[in-house]
Parts: sequence; C-alpha cells; structure tokens
Amino acid sequence: MKARDSLPLAFLRSACVNGGVTAGETREASLGKGDDATAQSHGFPSPRVPSERSAGSDSGGDARPATPYDFSRKYWAFAIPAVIAILAVIVFPWLFTLYMSTQDWKIGGGSAFIGWSNYAILFQDERFLEAVGRTFWFTALAVVLPVILGVAAAVVFHREFPFRGVLRTVFTMPMMATPVAVALVWTMMFHPQLGVLNYLLSLIGIPPQAWVYDPSTVIPTLVMIEVWQWTPLVMLIVLGGLASLPPEPYESAIIDGANAWHLFRHITLPLVWPYVMIAVMLRTIDALKVFDNIFVITQGGPGTASETMNIFLYLQAFQFYKLGYASALVVVFFIIIVLLSLLLLYARQRSKWNA
Amino acid sequence: MSQHTSRGPSRRHVMQLGAAALALGAPAVVRKANAQSQFDWKRFAGQKIDVVLAKSPRADIYQRYEKEFTALTGIEVSSEQIPEQQQRQKVMIEFTSGNPSFDVVNLALHVQKRIAAKGKWMEDLRPYLADASITTPDYDFADFGKAGLDYATQSDGRLDTIPIFVDYWMIYYNKELFAQKGIEYPKSLDELKVAAKALTDPSKGIYGFVSRGLKNANIPVWTSWLLGQGLETIDSSGKLLTDTPEAIWAAEYYRDLNKNYAPPGTIGFNWNECQTSFMQGRAAMWLDGIGFTAPVEDPKVSRVVGKVGYGVTPPGPKAHHSATFADGLGISAASKKKQAAWFYIQWATNKTNQLRFLKEGGGAPARNSVYADRETVTASKFGPQWFDCILESAKIGRPGLPVIIPVQEFRDVFGVALTNTLTGADPATELKKATEAFAPILAASEKG
Repeated sequence: MKARDSLPLAFLRSACVNGGVTAGETREASLGKGDDATAQSHGFPSPRVPSERSAGSDSGGDARPATPYDFSRKYWAFAIPAVIAILAVIVFPWLFTLYMSTQDWKIGGGSAFIGWSNYAILFQDERFLEAVGRTFWFTALAVVLPVILGVAAAVVFHREFPFRGVLRTVFTMPMMATPVAVALVWTMMFHPQLGVLNYLLSLIGIPPQAWVYDPSTVIPTLVMIEVWQWTPLVMLIVLGGLASLPPEPYESAIIDGANAWHLFRHITLPLVWPYVMIAVMLRTIDALKVFDNIFVITQGGPGTASETMNIFLYLQAFQFYKLGYASALVVVFFIIIVLLSLLLLYARQRSKWNA
Repeated sequence: MSQHTSRGPSRRHVMQLGAAALALGAPAVVRKANAQSQFDWKRFAGQKIDVVLAKSPRADIYQRYEKEFTALTGIEVSSEQIPEQQQRQKVMIEFTSGNPSFDVVNLALHVQKRIAAKGKWMEDLRPYLADASITTPDYDFADFGKAGLDYATQSDGRLDTIPIFVDYWMIYYNKELFAQKGIEYPKSLDELKVAAKALTDPSKGIYGFVSRGLKNANIPVWTSWLLGQGLETIDSSGKLLTDTPEAIWAAEYYRDLNKNYAPPGTIGFNWNECQTSFMQGRAAMWLDGIGFTAPVEDPKVSRVVGKVGYGVTPPGPKAHHSATFADGLGISAASKKKQAAWFYIQWATNKTNQLRFLKEGGGAPARNSVYADRETVTASKFGPQWFDCILESAKIGRPGLPVIIPVQEFRDVFGVALTNTLTGADPATELKKATEAFAPILAASEKG
C-alpha cells in the first residue's frame, strides 16, 4: 500500500517543483497526507490532516481521534472515475512499456518477441553501466550540496536582519527561471575562450578553466548549476520547518549555557530533520531525472562524460529509434527510482520516530 | 480570368499541333509546345495540401511567400515548421504508421535518404518531371547542380525529392590574422596543418584552427579529411571503411588539429561554439558548413566582418572533395493530393525562390543559375569569394555522412571514438573498436 501510495505522489511532487512557493505548500500538505495515511495503515487520507499540519503538530498521529470510516460497498462506485483515469494514464502505459521491453521493436523495422534479450544486452552494455554510475555520482553531488547549502541558507534567513525579505526573494530567483533558457545562458558563460566565468577568474589570477568542455570537470560543473538552481528550494522547505519550531527548548538550552553550535546541532537540526528529509527526497528524484540542463549544455558530452541514464535513454529511443531496448531501460530506470524512493521514505519514517 | 486561361491553351494547342506536325525533325520543340498547351497552374485550384518543414531560414522564406503560391494555383497550403530533431521524429513515426498527415515533406537527405528508400516513403518524381501536363515548361530541371541531384537520387535511380539546399563544408578564414603572419590560404591538407601551427598564439588567446569536437557533431570534420584520401566512410557495396589506414590517418589529422592548434575545450564544441570563437577573432580558420555565414558577416555579433575569407576545403593526399549535405522536398507516397503537392514543389524550387535563399540568408540553393545572377552577387554582403567558394565546392561535393539507415548511431559511435582520441586514446584502436561495435548495427538495419 505504502509504495503504491507514495509513487504517484512522488511524481506529482516533482512535477510541482517549478511551481514555486505555492507548489511547495501544496506538496507539504500532500506529503503529510501520505505519511499519516501509512501511519494509520489505511489508504484514505484524513481530510483534517492538512489543517492539523498547519497548526504545527507534527508527530501527533497517535493523539488524533479515530474517526470510524464507512467502507460499505455503496460508495465504491465513486472510485470508478479515478480508477479509470489511473488505468489509462499509469497502468496501461506501464504494461505496454513492459511488453515493448520484450520486443525487438524498431520504428520502420517491425517488431519481434525476443524475451529477456533486451535486458541481457542492457546489462552488458558498457555505456549503460557507465551511465548508471555517472547518474548516481551526479545525483549524490546534486543532493548533498544543495541540502547542506540550503539548510545553511535557511538558518541565515530565519534570523531577523535588514532587507531579509528582498534578499530572500533574490535568493529564490534561480528556481523560478526557465530551465532551458538558464542552460543556454550557462553554456555561453562556460565558453573557454570568451565566457564571462573565465574572465571573472582571470581578474583574480586564476587560469581559465574548461568547465563543461573537459571530461573531468563536466559533471562537477553541471552539479554547480543544479546547486545554484535548487538550493533555494531546499531553503524554502527548511525555512518552513524552522518557522514551526517551538521557542522553549532554545530558551532552556541557553539558560543551561549552550552556544550557537550546540543549539544548532542538538536542537535545530534534529527538529527540522524531517523537513530536510523531504528536501533530500525531492532532490533525489529530481536529480535522477535531470535531462534539460545536461541535454542543452553538453548533450552528454564531451564524449560520454556527462551521459546520464536519461540522456542514454533519449539517444536509444529518439535518436536510434530502438524502442524495445529503450523500454527495457525505462523499466530498469523505474525500478531504480522506486527502490530509492522506498529507501528514502524509510529513512524519513526513521527520522520522524527519532525526533 | 480562369475561364480565359482554360480556353486559351486549347486554342493555342490546335495551332501548335499543326506547327508540331511541320516540325517533325525537332522533337524537343514538339515536347515544349505540348507542354505549353497543356500545363495549367490553376488545374488543382481549390485543393488543400499539408506541408511539414524542418525549422530553418528556408522554411521561413516558404511560409513568407506562401500566398504567392495560392494566388498562382488556387491551392491552399497548410504548412508547419518543426525544430529539426522533432521534425525527423515526427516524419519517422508518421511514415511508419503508414498514414502520414502531410503531402509535402522536407527531408534531410544526409540523414534520411536511406530510410526513405527502404521504407518506400516518397513518391518517385521522375514520372512527374516527364509529364508535361503537370510540369511547368519553364521549370528547367537541368539547372539543378550535380551535388544536390546526386543526393536526391537513390541507388536504383528513383528521384525521391527535389534538392532545395546544399551545404558545402569549407574553411572560413580570418584574412587579417593570415596577413599578420604573412601566410597564404593553404593549398593542401599538409599546408593547412603548417598554417594552423604558425597562426596559433596561446599567449594572445588566438588559435590556428577550430572545428567541432562534440561527439556526433564532429563526424563531418573527420569525413572532410577522409574525403581527401578519396574515401567515404562506407563503400558502394556497403562495407565500412572506418578502420582502414586512410580512416586512421584522417582521425590522426583530426586529433592533431583539434588538440594542438585549437582553442581549449574544443572537445565539447559544436558549430555554435566554433562560430563564436571565429567571430570574436580568436580562431584563424574554422571548418564548417557554408550555411553558417550570415552571423559571421553581421556587425552586431561579429568582430570579423569584412575580414573573412571563404576557402574551399584544400585537397588531401589523394583527392579533392568538399563534404556535402542536402535537404530536399518530396511528396509522401501515401498522399492523396500528389499532383497538387507536385505543384507546390515546383513553386518552392523555382528560380525565384531559390534566389530568395541567397538574398535572404537561406543558405546555398541547389540550382546553378542563381549564382550567375550578378546583381545578387554584387549586392550581397558576403562578397564574390563566397559565391566562388560555393561554385568550386559544388564541383567537388561528396556526401559528408554515409547513406545508411542508422546514421545517428554511426555519428554517435564514431563521434565518441574521435572524441576519445582528443583525451589521449589511440586513433587506430578507437576506430577499430568503433567499427566492430557498429558493423552489427549496420548489418541489422538492412535486414527485414
């Protein structure tokens, strides 16, 4: 139940990422629903949950009055439209992809059943295996760095200081920019001979860098763009968490003589940890799926140095028209994402209990 | 008006038939006379055709003047421009479905020629050209250049498309930088390398030569050098020539230029990065398609306006060729309005529209006569050397990509191999590996 529940949610959530603050809030609410639903081990989210969340009771699942639900059959008909929609847009494409992955299906060349061969070839395909490794490496960097910086930024912006509102808006701007346009601008800035980045480096005496034009620096450079673009999202999520923290623990800790680091390490961090985990989850799913930036800036190059699973998939499906092979890849990719999401959900549950 | 034109020809027809009977010894005249008597632009008035074009300045020109065609023929046109990659996907999927939504389509022959033949996508245009009742007498098919026509003609002689645009690979060079070093434009590939070396001055941030290093995009650079050995990447029997000593020589040549005399980072350069380097005066030579000229001569974005030389790709050790690419317009074999579609193609490839390519920055047209239009040549900001470069290249044009179905995979596999040579891999080993990887893909593509 849990997995099935959370997956569509995960996709919905990542689909909302470009939606800015409002989307962030909706996401919070929907996350709350999903978690509480699992905690109460039934499939239907309590309609009261969002309001309780906004009131700030985070771990009060047990205290909630147990509402008796009416599961009688007369209500089942109401689920039919939703079931049809889900069958049409999720289950059918899914099954069709599974079917295609067992076919040697080429556009313009017909198809033939070949069983597991696509998968067998896939796991011997060096370029695929390299792409998997690269995807994880990219994802790890593109999750950890924005999360660390985002938490730091949230702690800073949580304090009162002049022009905080303006600065916070400025800080969240990268998130609102159109990804492809942003990617094109970065491409120009990276030009080794004429890009503004190398010009800026030259002002402080650092020799020009090759940025995305060198296999060894391309991944870190792409991560840099991710960090620039998505640190604000992490910050917004964590800021939301910080706003809901009670002042009492801090007061008593200060009386006990705790310094700023102690406060952060032993009070702030554990209390906002559930929010950090939300950020980690969102970032992981997004980073795994990144396509636009990489495709626009490097198309997977130089050579195959930035060819992630997504880019490889695009090549197979839409450049080489090997639909069967690409479908097998989609299936594997999907399983990887599901497993990672489950792992993260598990970690999040753990973090909640510890808090 | 339309009544008049429909009656007019028939009257002339009778008179000309008489004249033709007298002129038995001149069959050409007869054919022309018949054509004039029967051809009528308005014949398919009222029909509506769908046209799918890849996004380009040429498609812009077609859409801008579409009304002219409707006024001429009474045929309505619904045309759409789609970005190149997506257009190829759409065309591929719709042809495969067997029920394409378009009557006229623009194919990139260097990518889609073989698949179009194998999938029997297009209508053979030879019968249309031969039929004087539907081909305008002033069409002048003989005017099309050889390079373009070769591209449009399949191995069995079918004419799937009429070429509209031919792109020749040549060398843009910075005359000012050449003059500073007292160097002449190279007359051979050996001289090219020497010149590139002499022009490279990293302390000033100026490099002798720039060309694409990005995988996939870099293939024509390599094939340009390979053509200098008189070889394409595949022979007429379909055998890969990609691990021959000549191919290895070309890969070494590619590596030497891109590694030693090119700006840092060319390993990730596509044409636009190369163009930027050249336009900012940071590269003395740039090998690419002549179709990229317009911005180079635009003072708003270029610092080298008026200093650019247009050189034909120098001859290699064994042969002299220019890697060539071409686009064509054709009729979908499944179209139900083929004759109206043929009218559109005749209009689109007539001399006026081909000349518009030259005048309005649409790249190099496929007809020869437009280059003889001295008025256009003198009025052009590109200068006479640009025209000479096209005419010279046209004489030595040869396909820059193999005519096979998996062109994109070819570009990918060998593109990666070439890129690897820039980071220290051995060209012979890389090409051997790539050839082994690609041979089964090629074999599979021709089956079934």
